[in-house]
Amino acid sequence: MSEDIIELIKKNVIQGRVTQDDEGIEEGMVGQPGVTELIKEALASDVDVSGIINKGLTASMEVVGQKFENEEYYIPDMLASAEAVGAAMEILEPHLAKSGVKPKGKILIATVKGDMHDIGKNIVSILLRGAGYMVKDLGNDVETGDIVEAVREEKPDFLGLSALLTSTMVNMEDTIKALKENGLRDRVKIIIGGAPLSQEYAESIGADGYGADGFHAISVIESLNSGDSLDS
Amino acid sequence: MPREGILISNPLERLSGEQVRQIHDASIEILNDPGLLCFNKKAAEIFQSRGAKVAGVSGSDTPCWTVKIPEKLVTGALDSAPKTVTLGARNPDNALIMKGDEPRVFFITGSETNMWLDVDFPTYVNKSDPGKEIKVPEFQPRRGMVADLCDSAHVCEHLESVDGYIRTVNIQDKDITGDNKDVNKFFACLNNTTKHVMSGLTSLNQLDNVVKMAEMIAGGPDKLKENPIISFITCLVKSPLQFVDDTTETFMEVCQRGLPIVVSSSPQAGTSAPIKEAGIMAQINAEVLAGITLGQLVNRGTPVLYGSVPVRARMDTLGDSYGSIETSQYNIDCVQMARFYKLPNYSTSGVCDTKIPGQQSSIERLFSDIVVTLSGPQFLHCAFGLLDCNSVFCLLQAVLDDTHFQMIKFFLKSPRINEQELETVKKQIREVVATPQKMFINYIRPVMRSGEISPPYPFEGDGDSDSVFALANERLQELRAKPVEHIDPDTTARIFREIPGLLPRLNVYKGER
Amino acid sequence: MSEDIISMIKENVIQGRKTRDDMGIDETLSGTPGVLELTESALGNNISPEAIIKQALTPGMEVVGEKFSTKEYFIPDMLASADAVGAAMDILKPLLEESNVETKGKFVIATVKGDIHDIGKNIVAILLKGAGYQVNDIGIDVPEDKIINVVREEQPDYLGLSALLTTTMTSMESVIKALKENNLRDNVKVLIGGAAVSDEYAREIGADAFCADGFQAIRVLEEFETT
Ligand code: B12
Ligand code: B12
Repeated sequence: MSEDIIELIKKNVIQGRVTQDDEGIEEGMVGQPGVTELIKEALASDVDVSGIINKGLTASMEVVGQKFENEEYYIPDMLASAEAVGAAMEILEPHLAKSGVKPKGKILIATVKGDMHDIGKNIVSILLRGAGYMVKDLGNDVETGDIVEAVREEKPDFLGLSALLTSTMVNMEDTIKALKENGLRDRVKIIIGGAPLSQEYAESIGADGYGADGFHAISVIESLNSGDSLDS
Repeated sequence: MPREGILISNPLERLSGEQVRQIHDASIEILNDPGLLCFNKKAAEIFQSRGAKVAGVSGSDTPCWTVKIPEKLVTGALDSAPKTVTLGARNPDNALIMKGDEPRVFFITGSETNMWLDVDFPTYVNKSDPGKEIKVPEFQPRRGMVADLCDSAHVCEHLESVDGYIRTVNIQDKDITGDNKDVNKFFACLNNTTKHVMSGLTSLNQLDNVVKMAEMIAGGPDKLKENPIISFITCLVKSPLQFVDDTTETFMEVCQRGLPIVVSSSPQAGTSAPIKEAGIMAQINAEVLAGITLGQLVNRGTPVLYGSVPVRARMDTLGDSYGSIETSQYNIDCVQMARFYKLPNYSTSGVCDTKIPGQQSSIERLFSDIVVTLSGPQFLHCAFGLLDCNSVFCLLQAVLDDTHFQMIKFFLKSPRINEQELETVKKQIREVVATPQKMFINYIRPVMRSGEISPPYPFEGDGDSDSVFALANERLQELRAKPVEHIDPDTTARIFREIPGLLPRLNVYKGER
Repeated sequence: MSEDIISMIKENVIQGRKTRDDMGIDETLSGTPGVLELTESALGNNISPEAIIKQALTPGMEVVGEKFSTKEYFIPDMLASADAVGAAMDILKPLLEESNVETKGKFVIATVKGDIHDIGKNIVAILLKGAGYQVNDIGIDVPEDKIINVVREEQPDYLGLSALLTTTMTSMESVIKALKENNLRDNVKVLIGGAAVSDEYAREIGADAFCADGFQAIRVLEEFETT
């Protein structure tokens, strides 16, 4: 029984179906339970949460990653699967502690003040969620003060900042300064991204990492994660 | 089910209705004065017996007549010439139905080039960074052989956008002579593609053997009439306004047999036609009308295509310039003239001036391919793989051209805008606007796999070096490796038994028991 | 005075004006005498044919050649000038022969049997005439025996054969064979041209030269003339 439902979850992640209304890739799946419904069902029938995450979600994202590499899947497929995993993690979150699963970490993400570009940031959020992180998206054109407040309150492990304009990327530096002034800089790893940025720029403003795209962001965050114990 | 072609909903037109009329009137006048010089006795006699004014030209070495064609002969021919011409195919699903008043375009290869371009990819090492290697194509021209013609027909069989096959390369093997060229040429094409096959004829005395071979393949004389798997092209009129003796003879013989034939004229603006657009148009239209009229006089109702290969001369050599913009303009004008007569049209695009594939060849051919396609000729002789003004054929270029035509075909799909579609997207918009991220990415997925989204350019490289040729070459090798459905063993055996002159090496079953 | 006429002939060669009816490049010249009329009045003024050729026609064509290589002139300009020179030469040739001045050779040109392509052949004929050769164009689709007869009767220095089709180029080989059989081969140099043929083909059939275009033909003939 628990085997069956994990198989179904896996299948639906690969199909990228968040809810029962979603189409997926195979024909005729509309109406059948999607990942959200299946996770709820699994919890109701006491399936082991770590099993759901490892065998149902992580393993299937690996399959999706492979299909993407083989050019069978395109980015929209990848995002749909990531979204399904993100939705699953949201439901599972309250159950993680009691089932002894160590959460992967919490990430705040925002496009900085003055900048309305958010397509890239949104994609990065979805992919990070799909990789198992708890992501809170603060939106775009976010005031520096608001970012500092959010870091103080939410206590994230990572802060992701996006800027697409050379005129707004300087606001990243301001944000880092403000965090320092508020004694928060050491509590959070900062990773930045967006078309005008680079690794050098990240270093010059004292950020911890630079992500060229969503996949790169995952690997950068993962290496920052393992290089440093982040018990919060 | 015949091939679909691509229907042009709003054909591109350059000439106003009045200009079309004016060209027509000028052509009719030219047919009457000065008329044509006719070097073929039989044709002159036919014209005379039907009321044309025919007079011998004195002082000419070769016998020759002036033929002044009255308007009523032309209008009669325009009435009796079929408005729909079917070009059959060995595989009936590859048949082409061409309706003169319907701008449905079929893409067909073309022209008999003398040279075949081999491509090789030697590797070069970067001087400053020996770790860096690039593959640069090298092109080597050589004379075309019958094996190349088989190769080319085979690959074109698998090129998706090729609707029909005109022999692309002139076969110049040592054992090919005037007496066996036509049968070998047609057999090489027919045996390696199941699409329609068109060619010119080298010797009239081969016509019967070619037709007999086609009948065997089609299943008999009646079947060949129903499904004409072969057709012909002749330049019976040499510009300006001269019926050539031998090609006119060939033309009349093909018409007599009721097989489809292109009445093609190829004036060169500046040398064999006036440099002015009005001039070349009035002349080419007169030349084609003269040919069509003769065909209908020989055999009323015989299927003909209005053929046009007008071209502008280049000023530095007075050779052809297919890449010139005017060449496309003339071709579009001709498409309009044919449509005015409701006759299916054979037009030309895609020939480039340059000798090797590269930027210039792509730019010249894509330009004319797009604009001439948009004008809606039924039979677009679009020069897959042809370079150097029709003198060189290169299969690699043909593979590249195939992707051009897939792009053009995609572009010409009719827009999918209707009530139901709009209902669906309004719903999507309302849904997405209500979300924080406001992205439509989820709706891409079902569309992405339905063929509604145009594919990426198939030979895109990694961006650091241009790998288009290398990738296209990989595709070419894949296509070569695909099998092709040859003519069945029994028919092949019969053909080799009954048709003289076929080269034994063309028998793919040879050695099999 | 004679200076003037000479320079006017040269100018009109450069302008490509054969007769007074022709348009040149300089529109103001319309209606003024062209190369033909000027050559006649030069002869009337006792200017020698040699002077006309050496001081007006040849230098005029040299300027045209330069303008062509710097792409100021196109082929149609070149042909118009060559045509004008050719017409002047038609008048001057008999006089030169009378006065025993050495002239450039005689050139018979034809498109071979079965082939009706003649645009290229016509261009070559005009250019050679313009270069001072005496050209006899015997047309298209010319049977081998007719070519042999012309060679026998006119005794040209050069025979030019044109073929655009791979099926008709073989007729060139037959012509050369027939020339040999009739003991005429050594009297005439055979040049071949046209899209179907090549250097190798010329060697294969024993022609004296292949020419890719009219300019190459002029160069090849010049070599023959000097050796
Ligand atoms: C789409 C777009 C817009 C859209 C934005 C829509 C939206 N919802 O975001 C609109 C039309 C609104 C827009 C407006 C403007 N734009 Co704009 N825009 C673009 C464009 C064409 C594409 C950006 C994009 O979405 N790319 C696709 C995504 C998937 O890629 P991405 O954003 O780079 O994100 C990836 C990575 O960078 C990385 N990443 C991104 N963020 C983050 C964050 C983290 C933490 C990590 C790890 C990684 C990461 O991962 C992503 C996924 O792979 C760019 C051109 C370009 N080449 O970038 C110009 C561009 C950025 N825009 C530009 C300009 C000038 C403007 C305007 C000022 C124009 C104007 N005069 O009004 C306004 C600015 C408005 C404002 N105040 O912000 C310029 C900026 C030049 C400069 N000075 O720096 C650009 C470069 C275009 C150009 N060459 O002129 N723009
Ligand atoms: C125009 C043309 C015609 C016109 C001819 C008009 C005319 N008044 O000449 C028409 C439409 C009538 C015609 C008919 C045919 N044609 Co045609 N034609 C051509 C075309 C497109 C251009 C030839 C041309 O005029 N070029 C411009 C001139 C300036 O260049 P040129 O001729 O090469 O001449 C230059 C040099 O070669 C050299 N030169 C030439 N001759 C000589 C001679 C000497 C002595 C010297 C020194 C130099 C020299 O100097 C010239 C000046 O620079 C060629 C394609 C091509 N790429 O050549 C096909 C082409 C030659 N034709 C071809 C064919 C197949 C035919 C037809 C059989 C078509 C048919 N099925 O009916 C008929 C043949 C009729 C016949 N019996 O001859 C094929 C030949 C293939 C083959 N088998 O060899 C070609 C190659 C086109 C193709 N790729 O399919 N054609």
